[in-house]
Amino acid sequence: MSLRSPLGRVLGLGSAKGGSGHWYSQRVTAVALVILGCWFIASLALLGAGAPHAAVVGWLHSPFSAVMALLLVAITAYHAQLGLQVVFEDYISDKGTRLVVLVALKFALVVAALIGILAVLRIAFGAQA
Amino acid sequence: MSQFRLPENSRVQPGKSHAAPAGAQNVKTFRIYRFDPDSKQKPRVDTYQVDMGSCGPMVLDALIKIKNEVDSTLTFRRSCREGICGSCAMNIDGVNTLACTKAIDEIKGDAKIYPLPHMPVIKDLVPDLTNFYAQYASVKPWLQTRTPAPPDRERLQSKEDQEKIDRPSACILCACCSTSCPSYWWNSDRFLGPAALLAAYRWIIDTRDEATGERLDELEDPFRLYRCHTIMNCAQACPKDLNPSKAIAEIKKMIVERHH
Repeated sequence: MSLRSPLGRVLGLGSAKGGSGHWYSQRVTAVALVILGCWFIASLALLGAGAPHAAVVGWLHSPFSAVMALLLVAITAYHAQLGLQVVFEDYISDKGTRLVVLVALKFALVVAALIGILAVLRIAFGAQA
Repeated sequence: MSQFRLPENSRVQPGKSHAAPAGAQNVKTFRIYRFDPDSKQKPRVDTYQVDMGSCGPMVLDALIKIKNEVDSTLTFRRSCREGICGSCAMNIDGVNTLACTKAIDEIKGDAKIYPLPHMPVIKDLVPDLTNFYAQYASVKPWLQTRTPAPPDRERLQSKEDQEKIDRPSACILCACCSTSCPSYWWNSDRFLGPAALLAAYRWIIDTRDEATGERLDELEDPFRLYRCHTIMNCAQACPKDLNPSKAIAEIKKMIVERHH
């Protein structure tokens, strides 16, 4: 039992004076993903279903396609991290668990992003099939 | 984790039934949440059959009739009976609203009446609003200025500027919005909730106020403000037709604006 005043409890540790960057980035990355997603779907449609391996590799060899693919991978991971962080903050009330889960989330998505980036680079810099 | 099931001692049991008086023509059934902290028993839902032939049109009329004529132990808050005091906010037919402005004939089937959701219950339909009021106090809901007041008259405000605060000022602090908000259910210890944020907005856009920056500083916090995910239950529940959701969005826009 605490005898702290209700106002004292609400004021707590004070304002973090942050969070707007997170909120803003989430929206900006969402817009970016709409553009990148459209580009990705259009590119795949242009390649056509059942395109030969060489055609797909050739497509990712162009600097523009490679950069767009890198952006798609990186921004998807970043946006997922921002969004999932909000979900975990909403539903995990235990402070310690929340911190561990949020750090693990960041690690997991950095790893996922790096795997995707490396894969794109390997194709982009690899031998033209 | 968030608790999705009620704790063991809060699970609702079937309760007593009170039949309508003999000869009643038009009977409406009210199923009302009852909890008495002194009885050490779990909450229950009591059933009251009310003769609508001798009952006023609003849910509050029925509650008062039940308390006067059937069961004087039924406990609820009420005062003005005309939607301006905010005392009789409760969950009626699944929606948070004021018992005094909710017409009984708008309710199809049995009228289910519960206290405001996800708040500690003091007794029956009376929730503990201590934290809610403290959150309101935390946004300093009063005029803050550095310019001294003119010695001979009030601080002036144009008609257009007054109109900006006209709607947000109409909030009666009934808590229907905050207690309908899932973000508030899970994090009411840190998220200020729609009512307190609407109050903060009312002072942020008041052109006479000179603490706008400090107010935004205090709100810029992942939990205090950014727990709002624009679910908009608040706007739907508000018995005064206000839109706390929009006010919160405006606050977020203002905070981004000062970074650019």
